[in-house]
Amino acid sequence: MPFFKQRLNFLFRSTRGLILVAIAMIAMETAIFGLLSGPMAEFGVRDVVVRLLRMDLVQAEREGRIIILYHSIAMAVVAIETYMVTGLLRMKEFYRRSVRLLVTIGYWMAMIFGMGFAYWGHNWALHGLYIAGLTLVFFAGVLLTIGLWPWGKDYRQPDPAYAHTKNGVDMERVAFFATALTTVISALFGAVPGSYFGNGFETFLAENIIRYPEKTTLEYSVIGHLHIMLALIAIMITLIVGRWLNFKGLLHKIAMPLIILGTIVLNLGVWGVVTPLEPVAHMIIYVGATPAMLGALMLVIFGWDKLIREGVAGIDRPTVLQKLGALVRDPLRFGPLWQMVFMNFTVSGVGIFMAVRLDEIFRMWPAREERIELTGHWHVLSAIIATIILLYYGDMIGLKGRVRRLYGWAIILFSDLAFASITVFEMKRLFVSEAAQQPLVNTVMLLTDLGLAMLLVVLAMVMFWRLADLFRRKGRWAEELGQDDLALEMKG
Amino acid sequence: MKRPRLSLPAIALLLSACGAVDLNAPIPSFDTGVDPDAWALVPAGEFLSGQHNEPVVIDYDYEIMATDVTVTQYTAFLGQALADGALHVDGGQVVGFYPGDEFHGARHEIEITAAEYIFVPLDDPAARFTFDGTTFAARPGYENHPMTDVSWFGAWGYCRYFGGRLPTELEWEKAARGPEDDRPFPWGYEIARHNANFYSSRDPFEDMGSAGSRSSPVGFYNGRTYDGYATLNSASPYGLYDMAGNVWQWTGDVYEGQHYRYLRGGSKDSYEMDLRIWVRNNATPTYFSPGVGFRCARDP
Repeated sequence: MPFFKQRLNFLFRSTRGLILVAIAMIAMETAIFGLLSGPMAEFGVRDVVVRLLRMDLVQAEREGRIIILYHSIAMAVVAIETYMVTGLLRMKEFYRRSVRLLVTIGYWMAMIFGMGFAYWGHNWALHGLYIAGLTLVFFAGVLLTIGLWPWGKDYRQPDPAYAHTKNGVDMERVAFFATALTTVISALFGAVPGSYFGNGFETFLAENIIRYPEKTTLEYSVIGHLHIMLALIAIMITLIVGRWLNFKGLLHKIAMPLIILGTIVLNLGVWGVVTPLEPVAHMIIYVGATPAMLGALMLVIFGWDKLIREGVAGIDRPTVLQKLGALVRDPLRFGPLWQMVFMNFTVSGVGIFMAVRLDEIFRMWPAREERIELTGHWHVLSAIIATIILLYYGDMIGLKGRVRRLYGWAIILFSDLAFASITVFEMKRLFVSEAAQQPLVNTVMLLTDLGLAMLLVVLAMVMFWRLADLFRRKGRWAEELGQDDLALEMKG
Repeated sequence: MKRPRLSLPAIALLLSACGAVDLNAPIPSFDTGVDPDAWALVPAGEFLSGQHNEPVVIDYDYEIMATDVTVTQYTAFLGQALADGALHVDGGQVVGFYPGDEFHGARHEIEITAAEYIFVPLDDPAARFTFDGTTFAARPGYENHPMTDVSWFGAWGYCRYFGGRLPTELEWEKAARGPEDDRPFPWGYEIARHNANFYSSRDPFEDMGSAGSRSSPVGFYNGRTYDGYATLNSASPYGLYDMAGNVWQWTGDVYEGQHYRYLRGGSKDSYEMDLRIWVRNNATPTYFSPGVGFRCARDP
């Protein structure tokens, strides 16, 4: 029995164990349910999986199934970020333990019962348990927000290298607090229409109603919710990476107010879509998104400068190539920042271009073409966030030497290959006609599938390694059990 | 020597993306035995509309074409309408008059004024018909395929010319689903590859290496076997063919505050989810594509 007790203790009570379990849960869900769409459906794999697993896929319920699938994965991602925040930032032990307990039970319930309800018939008891899971994650968020309260004397920032107010209030903690608080409010923003549309399967995917000139308040609320939640998950991972890389100095002092301001204004803009401010809500959103992205840019500049300086330390007059070599020497630290830059080509750039040329170009195409761009760019953003988590996780578990480089570069290169290919696929109508598109479509889909498949292979290798490690008496898990405070491992 | 071995397939793969598509590549030709001049009567009454099965009553009888308008039918119309002056050639397109829509100035709404608008382009290499300056004709092999590359104006004009109209979305939906149940597809609750022409359905007209998915003759999925390819009879309860897949179909509604026109049925380029009866697509009325066609409705 001590065998199981020790392992369960690691998996469900240590920071690294909790993160490992959540990554494994997402990996399994992605592996199984990824077989139901795209090329797997074309190859006939879906039909086999549906038969083997005895899934009950009613055509009219597809949209409801997908919404539950997205939510169940999102809850696990939120849990991972929560583990990271509670591992990186100081807070009372009561909050740390309570938040972790609630979010863990919550995302497990959401995943297991949600998917059971969505894919294996209408057992309403499962739906109730799924909602209970989401509710627990929500309350974990409320407690986390309280735990992150930045104005307590215990959390003052005495170090002048970090952004703080005259009174010593830690601006970075304020940024974490603002992000957590607005996340909780924005979750409600989705819960209200969710309780209405979730009554049975009378629901819709936002991308399917995008062109309707008249939308109801609840429809606006759903559209706002999905956008802001993803944006907040992205902002939170930016703050987490900043803490991990020990973001400080002048750029930190500029970035933190920008991120705080950006987060609050962005949220106000999104919430504004259900108020009389709706006609100008998009303008408010742009006003909020700009400083938030500038704050992330400061982090990238800081991080890359730090990597270069560390890498060329001891060299009198480093050449450009030496600096470049230093920058990319450690893919696990270079990668998260690079992915943030790459996001501008595959997500923000596409989104801005679409917004600017919407009526002239994109609305001249059929709605189903516009849907491809909409779904494509937010899938890419979600996946970029996932790769950043995986890169940080690689560092967290102490990958070293060649394995570290292979793991890091595999994630960066394969994911970016997939994201770039999908971006070409999304925008293909700009340069190829419908009748002549098939060779291009074949190539980009092949590259996308190759990139994603290799990414999953890398992830599977790590998961199998960690699984095998659990059977060793003094494996990596035993070391990690005693390393619970991520803040102790900040870089630099 | 390792590097060239690795990079050659990669270069070949990238170059394949730029490969030219022979839009006039030969296509199998089959007589489906379905008459494109046939009409089906849809009697007045209730049916279940939309994804969530809202009961809706259409309180009048109407007729709707059993198949999409074919290339042969449309080219005959073009020749006739050009001869009697209803249409004319303007630059690289055939144009006709449309009396315009009421404009409400809604966000993203484009005003459709009374003017001449494109019916079909004459210079699109993907077109399934030819025009030698005087005569229109179907490209060989496409005679009994749905007319594509036709704008909403072109579809509206055809139906009107022959005393009909484009079906409203509700008329289209009732004709596809029938009065009895909440089926998601015209033939029932499940979809198989041999039910309809959709993306990667492996029909005899598909060439995923080059031309991609191509249209099929109207009424192809009627239970017959063609050169060893067995189809399932996929008619709707009222006997309509191709109400799911093959080509999207223009419908006639003009909605307040938007210039978009709505399309139904999914196409050869759609995944099966878009073949569900309630799925809507829309585009500007001047839009045309090899994946868009139409059928007409009329009063009995």
